[in-house]
Amino acid sequence: MLKPTDTRNPDHYHRVVDCQWGCPAHTDIPEYIRLIANGQYTESYLLNRKSNIFPGILGRTCDRPCEPVCRRVRLDGEPVAICRLKRVASDLRDDITGFLPTIPEEKNGKRIACIGAGCASLTVANDLMPLGYEVTIFEKLARPGGLMWTNIPEFRLPAKVLWEEIDYILDMGVDLRLNSSIDSLAALLEEDYDAVFIGSGAPKGKELNLPGRWDSEQIHIGIEWLESVRFGHIDSCGDRVLVIGVGNTAMDCCRTAQRLGASDVKVMARKTKPYFKASPWELEDAIEEQVEILENHSPSRFIIEDGKVVAMEFDLVTWTPGENGRLKAEVHDSKIIECDEVILAIGQDTAFPWIERDIGIDFNKWDMPIVDKTTFMTSVPGVFMGGDAAWGPENIIWGVEHGHQAAISIHAWCEGRPLTDRPPEGMNLISQKMGLHEWSYSNDYDEAERVKMRHVDLQERFKRLDIEVEEGFDIEQTLTEVERCLNCDIQTHFEADLCIECDACIDICPLDCLTITHNGPEEDLTQRLTAPLLNYPEEPLFISEDLPQTGRIMVKDEDLCIHCGLCAERCPTAAWDMRKSDLLVPYAGLEAGEMHPGMSIMNLALNGGSADGEPAGPGAALTGAGAG
Amino acid sequence: MSYIKKPRVHHPGLTRNRLGLTRRDYEGTMSTLCAGCGHDSITAAIIEAFWELEIAPHEVAKTSGIGCSGKTPTYFLKEAHGFNGVHGRMPSITTGAHAANRELVCIGVSGDGDSLSIGMGQFAHVVRRNVDMLYIIENNGVYGLTKGQFSASADVGSTAKRGQVNREHPIDSVLLSLNLGAGFVARSFSGDKEQLVPILKAGLRHRGFALIDVISPCVTFNDHRGSTKSYQYTRDNYNQLVYADFVPPAEEIAASFEAGDVRSVQMHDGSRIAFRKVPDDYDPTDRDQVYGYIRERQRAGEVATGLLYVEEAPQEGEHSDFHGLQATVDEPLSSYPFEDLCPGADTLERLQERFR
Repeated sequence: MLKPTDTRNPDHYHRVVDCQWGCPAHTDIPEYIRLIANGQYTESYLLNRKSNIFPGILGRTCDRPCEPVCRRVRLDGEPVAICRLKRVASDLRDDITGFLPTIPEEKNGKRIACIGAGCASLTVANDLMPLGYEVTIFEKLARPGGLMWTNIPEFRLPAKVLWEEIDYILDMGVDLRLNSSIDSLAALLEEDYDAVFIGSGAPKGKELNLPGRWDSEQIHIGIEWLESVRFGHIDSCGDRVLVIGVGNTAMDCCRTAQRLGASDVKVMARKTKPYFKASPWELEDAIEEQVEILENHSPSRFIIEDGKVVAMEFDLVTWTPGENGRLKAEVHDSKIIECDEVILAIGQDTAFPWIERDIGIDFNKWDMPIVDKTTFMTSVPGVFMGGDAAWGPENIIWGVEHGHQAAISIHAWCEGRPLTDRPPEGMNLISQKMGLHEWSYSNDYDEAERVKMRHVDLQERFKRLDIEVEEGFDIEQTLTEVERCLNCDIQTHFEADLCIECDACIDICPLDCLTITHNGPEEDLTQRLTAPLLNYPEEPLFISEDLPQTGRIMVKDEDLCIHCGLCAERCPTAAWDMRKSDLLVPYAGLEAGEMHPGMSIMNLALNGGSADGEPAGPGAALTGAGAG
Repeated sequence: MSYIKKPRVHHPGLTRNRLGLTRRDYEGTMSTLCAGCGHDSITAAIIEAFWELEIAPHEVAKTSGIGCSGKTPTYFLKEAHGFNGVHGRMPSITTGAHAANRELVCIGVSGDGDSLSIGMGQFAHVVRRNVDMLYIIENNGVYGLTKGQFSASADVGSTAKRGQVNREHPIDSVLLSLNLGAGFVARSFSGDKEQLVPILKAGLRHRGFALIDVISPCVTFNDHRGSTKSYQYTRDNYNQLVYADFVPPAEEIAASFEAGDVRSVQMHDGSRIAFRKVPDDYDPTDRDQVYGYIRERQRAGEVATGLLYVEEAPQEGEHSDFHGLQATVDEPLSSYPFEDLCPGADTLERLQERFR
């Protein structure tokens, strides 16, 4: 017999909101999309910033773990363009500096050192500064931002966007020490800090030690090369460029080479397309720029003439399934491809030459420091770690989430509380009924296809390195795309004791999600549903308490529900209701749902009107019909 | 009533019948009845039955009279022929349609008011004529459309929403149609599709008049304590007397039934009705016995449901259906050219001359 679902546990309804569940930082995506639909861009931005402190940066560069899991994929194959909508909120927002938390003038006497000024350290500072901490960030380069600055080219992420969002944090009064490489952790620990956070990233590009590697200056490590371009040390490149590797760094390298004057850029992949590491959209963008991607080319040597690389030799391979599921390469030929320059983009590693091995930080057999996955603390009490430094390269949003969690730990550490007592998440559940057949949200299913991002003309974009390729959505595109969101956080909430088993909900449900049946063993019950289960148990079932008239149960397959609210509209007893589940996430010094003093105005803004007291922005008039 | 239409998007696992249609293709427009109305569940069961029987919607004529029931044909088979007629006159309209085109699958949807009050005479005569149709009475015991007065099927002692007690004796459409000679008589409940769908299928395949009286609670005016047509009362007093399965021509009767349990009634198109779990002393083909049995269960306070009586009409003779009784031609009259059906004034003149 299946047990009734406990919908008071925030996890059940959180799982239904696939995008929020998929986002490491649990950003409240459906709500910020509704705010955009309503023209409340500033509010949308601020809501975003609660969890994801870089909406403008991530609205362009996020790896989008939210999109592949979007319910829309399971219905019409294409996710809501969540990432692009985030950018809309960022692009169209008003000045938000008045809505940032006030920083106490009187400090709490605790000093925190962060190593590396990347996304993880900046998040730690963002969370701790409002609590009165004094945060010092040590950065070895002349600019903060970490890989967001050095490795993401400006045609994808304009400098203005980056600096603006970094400055929101630095302007809280962070003590940023540029050109300050930490060469000894032991020395730093000698200083008077209450906690140290290591957010030094994974700054070492992987090597490819093949014959000829060290005989030419035209062979570069991808991330170092991108950094040199960013700092202006490199402003041109050869005509024919080979990029080795097919991850996102390789995509940035090949597209940057195009802009530095290369006319023939080839990306060399060892495997076939399904195994490419790059995000599909980054591959698409590179292909659009006429970069050639060659599969099944495994590099074997560099060919050098007079101290210059002139070509590379590749093994032509085919892949067959080998032992323990791994693919095995078979070489059937070789090929020489001429080139003037080679960029190696085959991955990156962490590097800790500056951590003495005798100060108590334990390293594992891969020479990675051992970090607790819950507390983010290393084996030295008071030394924390997050971002790429902790478990190797991930994307920015993971670094942000690590920063939030580490900040919670650091705060507990400084207050002498146990780190393993994590503050619990909470949930508000509020009916969205506005009238007999009226809901607070746009409940109709919109059949529109995913809106395509417009790109700057091919010739135009190559003129300078800093021309942003993606133009961003205009109002029309935005209004189309917001309607594709299914509002998965507006939950179908069921109260069994009100149900009279009239079947109205079952008859009306367009996706056949509902069944009234007798309880039974899982393997039997799951065969008796109105429609076959397609993604169980990844997508949960809702199981009700016993129904009053017959003792049967209501079962709902959450997988394909479009949250149209028709079950609740057709329910004569309001046993079904559409209720917004608001996941309340705790942060350092803030219990679930709590806000910093002085930020209560943001609450007001989110619950009606816009942040500056004016009626909702220009999109609002246009959304009247569509986003009811 | 809903302001949005039911979205067209559907479950990817939705199956198609041999006509290539999904269940969703048998839907009509959105219901404007009260939320929770039993009629909507019957509509869903009708959709299911037509889809399972693989009947092409354009081969169907759906008819109704006035009342909440009269609205329901709009909500299924949007591509079928339809006629929403005058109060209580659905039987005449259906008789006309079927007379003109005997190949139409006719389904008439009526209510207790439409059939047992204003349309009582029409109802009685369509049974007598044995028109080959499925006649559904959506029976809720009240006039819902005029705000809940007792209808002719309200039980003695049952109360209206504001407490008035009904003193007049009810007309029971099941007993009445047994009396009038109907060859297919069933009672079911909108809240039990497992029972209702097979009965609807059998009724659609039955040759001759088929009556299904479906208890269909009125959530707005007759779902309170004191009502004998509420969801709660019907479930508390439900007696599924007869379990009937509809077995299409090509299929074997499922072996899972105990051999002794199954009594099979052959239908004209080769399909069968398989009865199981029938009481030992119950014969669903013995009209007098069935009548007595239902009366007995009623006295015990039970709502006896199931396919209670069935007798397939022969093609010809005194028990045959409407077209057999009228000895019409095999082809639909509508397929004949107008000149053949109406030979003209000269022929009429000659005919009349013979009687002068």
